[in-house]
Amino acid sequence: MSRIDVRKTYKLYIGGQFPRSESGRSYVVNDAKGRLLANAAQASRKDARDAVVAARAAFGGWSGKTAYNRAQVVYRIAEVLEGRREQFEAELRAAEGISTAKARTYVDAAIDRLVWYAGWADKITQVVGNANPVAGPYFNLSTPEPSGVIAVVAPRGALLGLVSVVAPLIITGNTVVVIASEDNPLTAITLGEVMATSDLPGGVVNVLTGSQAEIAPWLASHMDVNGIDLTGVEDVALATELEAAGADNLKRVRRPAPDTDWLAEPGLDRMTRFLETKTVWHPIGV
Amino acid sequence: MTPTPSSTASAPAEHAATDGSFDDIVRSDSSLRRFLHGLPGVDQVGCEARAAGLGTRSIKTTSKAFAIDLAIRMVDLTTLEGQDTHGKVRALASKAMRPDPADPTCPATAAVCVYPDMVATAKQTLGDSGVHVAAVATAFPSGRAAMDIKLADVQDAVEAGADEIDMVIDRGAFLSGRYLEVFEEIAQVREACGDAHLKVIFETGELQTYDNVRRASWLAMMAGGHFIKTSTGKVQPAATLPVTLIMLEAVRDFREQTGQMVGVKPAGGIKTTKDAIKYLVMVNEIAGPDWLDPDWFRFGASTLLNDLLMQRTKMTTGRYSGPDYFTLD
Amino acid sequence: MSTVFEYAPAPESRAIVDIKPSYGLFIDGEFVDGTGKAFKTVNPATEEVLAEVAEASDADVDAAVKAARRAYTRVWSRMSGSERAKYLYRIARIIQERGRELAVLESIDNGKPIKESRDVDIPVVAAHFFYYAGWADKLKYSGYGETPLGVAGQVIPWNFPLLMLAWKIAPALACGNTVVLKPAETTPLTALLFAEICQQADLPPGVVNIVTGAGDTGRAIVSHPDVDKVAFTGSTDVGKAIARAVAGSNKKVTLELGGKAANIVFDDAPLDQAVEGIVNGIFFNQGHVCCAGSRLLVQESVADEVMERLKRRMATLRVGDPLDKNTDVGAINSAEQLAKIRELSDIGEAEGAERWSAPCELPSNGYWFAPTVFTGVSQAHRIAREEIFGPVLSVLTFRTPSEAVEKANNTPFGLSAGVWTDKGSRILSMANRLRAGVVWANTFNKFDPTSPFGGYKESGYGREGGRHGLEAYLKGEDS
Repeated sequence: MSRIDVRKTYKLYIGGQFPRSESGRSYVVNDAKGRLLANAAQASRKDARDAVVAARAAFGGWSGKTAYNRAQVVYRIAEVLEGRREQFEAELRAAEGISTAKARTYVDAAIDRLVWYAGWADKITQVVGNANPVAGPYFNLSTPEPSGVIAVVAPRGALLGLVSVVAPLIITGNTVVVIASEDNPLTAITLGEVMATSDLPGGVVNVLTGSQAEIAPWLASHMDVNGIDLTGVEDVALATELEAAGADNLKRVRRPAPDTDWLAEPGLDRMTRFLETKTVWHPIGV
Repeated sequence: MTPTPSSTASAPAEHAATDGSFDDIVRSDSSLRRFLHGLPGVDQVGCEARAAGLGTRSIKTTSKAFAIDLAIRMVDLTTLEGQDTHGKVRALASKAMRPDPADPTCPATAAVCVYPDMVATAKQTLGDSGVHVAAVATAFPSGRAAMDIKLADVQDAVEAGADEIDMVIDRGAFLSGRYLEVFEEIAQVREACGDAHLKVIFETGELQTYDNVRRASWLAMMAGGHFIKTSTGKVQPAATLPVTLIMLEAVRDFREQTGQMVGVKPAGGIKTTKDAIKYLVMVNEIAGPDWLDPDWFRFGASTLLNDLLMQRTKMTTGRYSGPDYFTLD
Repeated sequence: MSTVFEYAPAPESRAIVDIKPSYGLFIDGEFVDGTGKAFKTVNPATEEVLAEVAEASDADVDAAVKAARRAYTRVWSRMSGSERAKYLYRIARIIQERGRELAVLESIDNGKPIKESRDVDIPVVAAHFFYYAGWADKLKYSGYGETPLGVAGQVIPWNFPLLMLAWKIAPALACGNTVVLKPAETTPLTALLFAEICQQADLPPGVVNIVTGAGDTGRAIVSHPDVDKVAFTGSTDVGKAIARAVAGSNKKVTLELGGKAANIVFDDAPLDQAVEGIVNGIFFNQGHVCCAGSRLLVQESVADEVMERLKRRMATLRVGDPLDKNTDVGAINSAEQLAKIRELSDIGEAEGAERWSAPCELPSNGYWFAPTVFTGVSQAHRIAREEIFGPVLSVLTFRTPSEAVEKANNTPFGLSAGVWTDKGSRILSMANRLRAGVVWANTFNKFDPTSPFGGYKESGYGREGGRHGLEAYLKGEDS
C-alpha cells in the first residue's frame, strides 16, 4: 500500500507568521485541469488591515537597514529559492498546466530577477539621486527614500509575476501587502515560506490570498497605505475605482500593466514609482 | 543713556563689568574655555544673509539726514600712519571739531584717533571742544610686545591726555586658546586706563571665524572693555557688516545678562555714506536704538567723513557735491 | 537727545507697470476675448480693483488645448532640443530685462513685499527658465528618456504667481511639451504679462496658452480628454479631487500640495540664525508658503530664550505697503484667505493656546494680519495640524531627538522640515528620519532651480526643479 502524503495547509503570510484568515474562510484552488489542488485561505478586510499593521510596524526597521543588508537578504531569498526549485517547478506545472521546460524557465527567471534586484539596493540611490549645484553657499543632496507601505495586486504568473512586483519594492526599503493571483495563490504562500526562512524580517512582505475585488478596495482606501500597485488588476472599472479610492490620502499609484513581458529585463520604474526624493540643504561655512 | 552729542563719555563704572560676577568663569583657562565655547554657535551663511538683508533697507529723506549727522558724530577720525606729522594731526583735530567749516550746523565728530605720541598735539588743538582723543596702544597694530611695555604704552597715552585707549588683543594667544591670558591682559590694560575708556580691538580679520568673534566679544566685555572694536585697519578684511552684526548681538546679549552696556566700533573699510547707513540700520535693528549714540557706537574711519559731508551737502543743496569742496586731511 | 531712527517710506515706483483695464485669454499666440464672464482682480493692500480678467469657459479651454495640441504636433515636438533651448533662454533674458516691472506687478497683484518679489521671486523665475533651457538639448542624459508627453494642463496657486508659472512651464517646454496654464484667480496679472513676453520672444503660437479663471476653468483643464499631463500646485483638497478625476486615464500627474512643516530647534543651535530661520520660515511671503515652517518645535531647555529672541525679532518686522522697499511682511492675498487665517487663529485661542502678535500698526484698507505666534500648543490643537497658510506660528516643545522626530512626522503632510543644531551627526540623523521632501538644516525656505522640490504623503507627488523635475514631463525609458 502506498504511503498517504502529508498535505500542506495553505494559509496567509502576515507579519512573518502563517495565520488562517480571521474570517475562517477558504476557497478551492484547482489545477489547470480543474482538479482540486488545495484549499486556500480567503482573506477578509480584517486580514488586510492586520497585514497593513504588520507592514507599517516593519517599515522603520527595514527601511533603516543598510542597503547592503537589504541586498543580502534579497539575495538570500534567491539562494533559498534556488534550493527549492524542484518544488516550485512542480507547483507551477500543476497549477498552470505548463511544461517542465516552461516551469524551469519561470523559476530561473524568478531567481535571476531576485538577484538582479538584490544588486540594486546599494546602487539605486546613486543612479536616481544626485548632488544639486545650487546658486549659493549650500550643500544640497537629493536621495531616494521608500514611500512606505505599498499595497500590491500581483499579476498572474504565480512565481515570476509575484517576484517581479515584490522584489523592486522591498529592495528599496518599502514594505508590502500583496494580494496574490486569485487563480493560483498557492505558489505565493510557498514563496512566503521561502521569505520566512531568508532572514527577511516579518512584516516586510505580507501575502494575502482570496478575492481581489473584495480585498483590494480596503487596501486602496486604507489611510496608512502610501502606495498601490495595480499591476494585476485586469478589470478596468475596478482599477479606476481603486485609483480613485487611493486619492483619499494621495497614494502613489502604479496603473495596471496588462501586456507586461515578465521575462524581459525590467527597468527602474518599478522601483522609482514608489520612491520619494528627499532633498537636504545645509549651509557651507566655517 | 542719551547724553547730548558733545558729551560722549559717561563714567566708566556705569558700563564696566568688574563686579566679580564672572569670577567663576575666569577661574581657570578651562572654565573660561568651557564658557566661551558654550556660547551659541554662529552659522556663517545665515549670519551673512542677515547682514545682507539689513543692507537692503532703503533710507530716505529725513531719516537719511538724521543718519548722516549721527554718523558724523560717531566718527573716530583716524590717522595711524608712520608718516603722520604734528601738523597733520592738528589739521585733523580742527576738522573733527568743524567738519564743514562752511556750515556751522554740521556736528563735530566723536574723537580723533592717533598714535600715543600724537595725543598731546591733538589734545592741544581740541581743548575742551568735547571731541575726544583716542590713542591706539599696547604695541598697536600687532600687539606683539611684553606686557610691561604694553602697559607703559597705555600709561604714556593716558598721561598725555588720551580720553580713550584703543588696545589690541594678543591674537596669537587667543587663537592658541589661551583665553585667560587675553582676559588678564585686557583687565590689566583697563586698570592702566584709569578714567580713560577702553576699546578692545580684536582684529577680526585674523580671528577668521564668527564663532571666534563672538567669543572674543564676550571675553573683552567680561574683562571690562567699554567698547569692542573690529579692526586695526592694518589687516584685511577690516570691519564687515556680518562681523559687526555678531558684535552687536554680543553687546545686546551682554546687556540682557548683566544690565551693562558695551559699545561697538567697526573700523577700517567703511568709506561711504551708504556703508555707514547700513551699519546704523544694523545697530538699530540688532542692538536697538539705545546704541544709536556716539557713546555706544563709533566708526573708525578717515575717508568716510568726507563722503558723509558730501552727502550732507547734497541733502541741503539738492545737487551732488565733489571732493574738491572738502578738505583732504 | 537722539531721535528715534524712523525709516521714511521708500516706495518703489508704480509707473513702471502698465495695467490694462481688461484682459482676455492668451490662446494660440494671441490675446482673445473669452466666451465666458469676467472677474476682477484687486490689489490686496488697498482693495483697489486692478483689472477685469476673462473667465475661461469650457469652450475657451477647449480652444486652448486644441491650440496647444496643434503647436505640439506641428512645431514644438518636431523642433530640435537646441532650438527649443534658445526660445527658453530668450524668455529667461526678457524676464531679467523686465525684472523690475514684473516684480512691481507681482507685488501689486499679490500683496507680497517688493523686497521679496524683486530679490527672490523674479530672479528665481529667470534662473528657472535659464536652467531648464539648458536641459532641452541634453534630455538623453536625464535618465528619463527624451520623449515628451504632449499637452500639459497646469494649474497654479496665488502665493508665488510667476514663480509657480516658471516651475510649470520651463520644464514642460524644455522637454518638448506644450502647455495650457491657469493662474490663480486672485493673481492673474504676471501670467498675462508673461504671455506678452512669449510674444516678444517670438515663441511659436500655441506652445504656451494662458487661460484665466477659477475652479471651473481649472476643472475643465484637468478633465480635458486631450490633456496628457496634469500638473497642479495648491491645496490638498483640490489635489485629491484631481487625483480622483484622472483615475483610470492615461494622464500623468504631479501634485504639489499643502504642508505643516516642523522647524526643529535644538538647544545647541546657532540661536541667532535659528531665530532668523524661524522668522523666514513662517513670515516669508506672509506665511503663504506651502513649505512654511509653521510648527516650531523647540527643545525645552532653550524654549524661553528662543521665544524671547523670537518676539524681539518679530517686533522689528515692518508690516505694510508691499511696494515699500523696507516692508518685510506685506498684505494677505485675499479677503477669503484673511478670513481663514482669522478663523484658525481664533480657534487656536479658543483651544487654549496663548496668542502673541507683533506690535505693528496695520493699514486701514486692504487685507492684513500681524505676525502672530501661539505658545502652549499641543499636537492635538487644530493650529498644530491644519495648514493656516498665513503669518501664524505654532510653538511646541520637545525634550529628546526622538520626541522631535515623532512630533514632526505626526502629520498627514510631508513637504518640508527644518533642523537647527550645531552637531553634524545629529543633523544627518534627523534628516534621515524626517519624512519630508525637503529638509533644510540650519537654514530654511531656500529654493533653487537645480534643487528638486515636492512632498511625501498628502503633500503630493512628483518633484519640481532639478534633474528630477524633468521626469514629470517625459515618457520615461521603461514605463
